[in-house]
Amino acid sequence: MTKSVLQKLGGIYVFLLCALTLSPVWALASEAGTAAPVPVDSDLAWWAWPLILLIVTFFMGIVAVLGGVGGGVLYVPIISGFFPFHLDFVRGTGLLVALSGALAAGPGLLKMNMASLRLAIPVALIASTMAIVGAMVGLALPTNIVQILLGATILGIVVIMFTAKKSAIPDVKQADPLSSALRICGIYHEASSNEDINWCVHRTPLGLATFIIIGFMAGMFGLGAGWANVPVLNLMMGAPLKISVATSKFLLSITDTSAAWIYLNKGCVIPMMVVPSLIGIMLGSFVGVRILKVAKPAFIRWMVIAILGFAGIKALTKGLGIDLF
Amino acid sequence: MEKLTVRMSSKATEEQLLYANILEKGMLVGLILMFITFALYVFGIMPAAIPVSEISSYWNQPVHDYLVAINENFLHWDHLVTGWSWIKLIGMGDFINFIPIAILSGVTIICYLAIVPGLFKRGDKAYAIMALAEAAILTLAASGLLAVGH
Repeated sequence: MTKSVLQKLGGIYVFLLCALTLSPVWALASEAGTAAPVPVDSDLAWWAWPLILLIVTFFMGIVAVLGGVGGGVLYVPIISGFFPFHLDFVRGTGLLVALSGALAAGPGLLKMNMASLRLAIPVALIASTMAIVGAMVGLALPTNIVQILLGATILGIVVIMFTAKKSAIPDVKQADPLSSALRICGIYHEASSNEDINWCVHRTPLGLATFIIIGFMAGMFGLGAGWANVPVLNLMMGAPLKISVATSKFLLSITDTSAAWIYLNKGCVIPMMVVPSLIGIMLGSFVGVRILKVAKPAFIRWMVIAILGFAGIKALTKGLGIDLF
Repeated sequence: MEKLTVRMSSKATEEQLLYANILEKGMLVGLILMFITFALYVFGIMPAAIPVSEISSYWNQPVHDYLVAINENFLHWDHLVTGWSWIKLIGMGDFINFIPIAILSGVTIICYLAIVPGLFKRGDKAYAIMALAEAAILTLAASGLLAVGH
């Protein structure tokens, strides 16, 4: 019953996304309807906003590590909702935030053989191509439309986080012909049980098709896409959870790179925003890893869901021009 | 599909290690440079094209309006600063920060190109072609040819 309702909601959302992004009416719409940005407080010294950004992203980095989410998915809705920066710059910076996190983690995950290059290459080819398309569409649409869709997407992510199950080692009875042909399989060492786990994947064509949507949304909203990568790799394609999480993190270094170039070339990168954000998130992540040892994961997860829900509603109402809070 | 003998192992493959090593070096170079260039900018060691005290007046505008405004007020170019045109402003504290950002965004292209010879050598043509295609797509994105306007 619940699954059926979620599937219908998902279908409605995809329809709305397509209708809103592909309708030429929106392409001709002016920025006049754009929700007014948070006014710039002229009383503040020039260094105040970068400093506030540094502090907020520091805490965001802690929460991201503890909540098991990427920085980008927290960064874009919160910063676009509550800071004076325009959504164009927030999306560009959000991609660089997610990219930096992936670049920092990627080499270690590859060397440990937790992230699988064989699994990532075909997926990345599709996701990064669609991220470019998403970035181009997102930059061509009026801001309020992107803001509304961002709000709806963030609320969708909340639903996914709320409902999605995880499977440590999914039962893949037989690899599908495509994954067999591409030899998407491997062995990883499970330290907790001290044994080598053989893994392979199934439903590869369906999984790859899903990355068309994931890549598009990552590019359009400047979000890292770990929230979608992991369930698809783990639950749909049957990769073990650890391989899914690690490969997803590594994948962001490719998907976000392609979209980041579009934003960079379009002029959507302001160093005074990017560098404090990256430093804040990185320092917060370092601290978060240390707190992780003593934190209560369930509480943190609920806190992340609540923050994202709040930010999603804020993005939605801002796009609709409603000053709710 | 080519016939290949693959030795399954819990260790990472040669290509995976090569990719990881290049990614790691590029990431470290990019991050270290980012700290240096930002310090040059924010402490006024290098002059900025858009004064640090005025940037906050522009970042709440859509990107096109922002580019027009900074061009009219500071740069006075006959075109906007899009694509790779920031290279011409490399001597300014704000735009020199684009070098580490470009390194962080571009290192993946080098990683992909580096693993192609090894994949071809092992007869793994499908992955070699996919790696080449990915490098081409990322290069196209980086080229600035796809930048579109509002």
